[in-house]
Amino acid sequence: MNIFDIIGPVMIGPSSSHTAGAARIGYVARKILAKEPVRAEIDLAGSFAETYRGHGTDRAIIAGILGMKPDHEDLPRSLEIAREKGLQYRIETVRLPKCHPNTAVIRLWAEDGDMTEVEGASVGGGNILITRLNGLESAFTGQCNTLIIPHRDTYGVIAGVAQALAAFRINIGNFRLTRQAKGNTAIMTLEVDGDVSRELLMLLRALPNVLHVVYLHANE
Amino acid sequence: MLDYMNLCRMAQLARERSISLGALVLADQAEQMETTEEKILETMDRQLTVMEQSAEKGCSATIRSMSGLTGGDAWKMYERACRGVSICGDFCVNAITTALAVAECNAAMGRIVASPTAGSCGILPGAVLTMMRKKKIERKTAIMALICAGGIGMVIANKASLSGAAGGCQAECGSASAMAAAALVEMAGGTPQMALDAAAMALKNQMGLVCDPVAGLVEVPCIKRNAAGVMIAITAADMALAGIQSVIPVDEVIEAMRDVGEAMPCALRETAQGGIAATPTARELTRKIFEKGENK
Repeated sequence: MNIFDIIGPVMIGPSSSHTAGAARIGYVARKILAKEPVRAEIDLAGSFAETYRGHGTDRAIIAGILGMKPDHEDLPRSLEIAREKGLQYRIETVRLPKCHPNTAVIRLWAEDGDMTEVEGASVGGGNILITRLNGLESAFTGQCNTLIIPHRDTYGVIAGVAQALAAFRINIGNFRLTRQAKGNTAIMTLEVDGDVSRELLMLLRALPNVLHVVYLHANE
Repeated sequence: MLDYMNLCRMAQLARERSISLGALVLADQAEQMETTEEKILETMDRQLTVMEQSAEKGCSATIRSMSGLTGGDAWKMYERACRGVSICGDFCVNAITTALAVAECNAAMGRIVASPTAGSCGILPGAVLTMMRKKKIERKTAIMALICAGGIGMVIANKASLSGAAGGCQAECGSASAMAAAALVEMAGGTPQMALDAAAMALKNQMGLVCDPVAGLVEVPCIKRNAAGVMIAITAADMALAGIQSVIPVDEVIEAMRDVGEAMPCALRETAQGGIAATPTARELTRKIFEKGENK
């Protein structure tokens, strides 16, 4: 915690959890798709489902999907901007058993058919926790520099990533691996100290059996 | 480096070095964040600018929240301030106007500085901006006062909580009020100990305040509690500057606030199930807001 966690963050109101946190979940989903989304489906659960209109949760999530940060002046106009930009969206309220009270599931499609699904919870004070990624369990907050690497579940991929990070003197603070089934797609999530350079990202993307590399800068 | 667990210790350090609480926190934060004091001052200047913009935007006759429940009250207060007929006097009526304006800007999806939270975002600007305008306090002094307030807030966050869901409104508006009280003392040239006494007295006067938002929205009674919160801060600051001390030291008051928060039933901690939120009128308003939502 530092002084700007108390005198801050700067955000669009009215609620740090239902507006600012919601915008961040949308933003992370866009970063993971890593392309311009053309279609979005959003499921809101728990307290998000109950109070989303009064808190502008729908507008906040769409703003995030459009690439706006939680303090972006245009956030309240995001639904109109989405229509102008041709982003089709559908928002539904759902029941999700055993999830955090403020949970959203976001499915995004790019023009070329690429799709990503992100389940995230807004856990208070504008902070979030991504709980599922493309159907796989996950757990990251985006408060540290985070690498999300979907890859083929085979030997040597993790070692290759770790070696590349070591070569750039990047320390791994947290590591998580989830997979659907043996030999299928798996996702590793790494929280790292220090900034990952463009050069290192290119190296990671070129590694065998690495499908995709998403880099989320802390508090982005 | 400071651990932000003991305000009395921080005041003692400031006294030993003959600096203000704000200056103590500034030097420490520069060290902890591995940056310069200038950089922190620059960022805090930007936060102050956002506060000024939200006060401006919120003071409008036509502003309305997303739910339609609130808006336009800061404007009514502003008109009364202009007529010069208020009971509480020019400074206070302006502080109330600013607190209402920032809180209404928040409810209307305007840009604000959560200080410490979105629900309590009007209190600190209500105090600091009014001092700048009405007492001709320089901008750099106001920025130092915000840093002092931030230091108080960090200690409350570490020792208790700043979240209504965890500790009720006393943790949000109570903490904001304590921070604003200390900021007012610092801007008025009081000692670090006076700033702590003011913070303690402000927090004591909101001890036990529950978080009971109608329909779960940050509007009723939140916005008006920002107005009362800044008034408590002004009262506490003036008492401290007069030499009145808090009988109970501020660190103990913060711990008591934490204990009261923990003893609060869940219905009174931001769940919209108790207090004002559970009144017949609130339930009727809730029903209408949700109905409107479904038909949209």
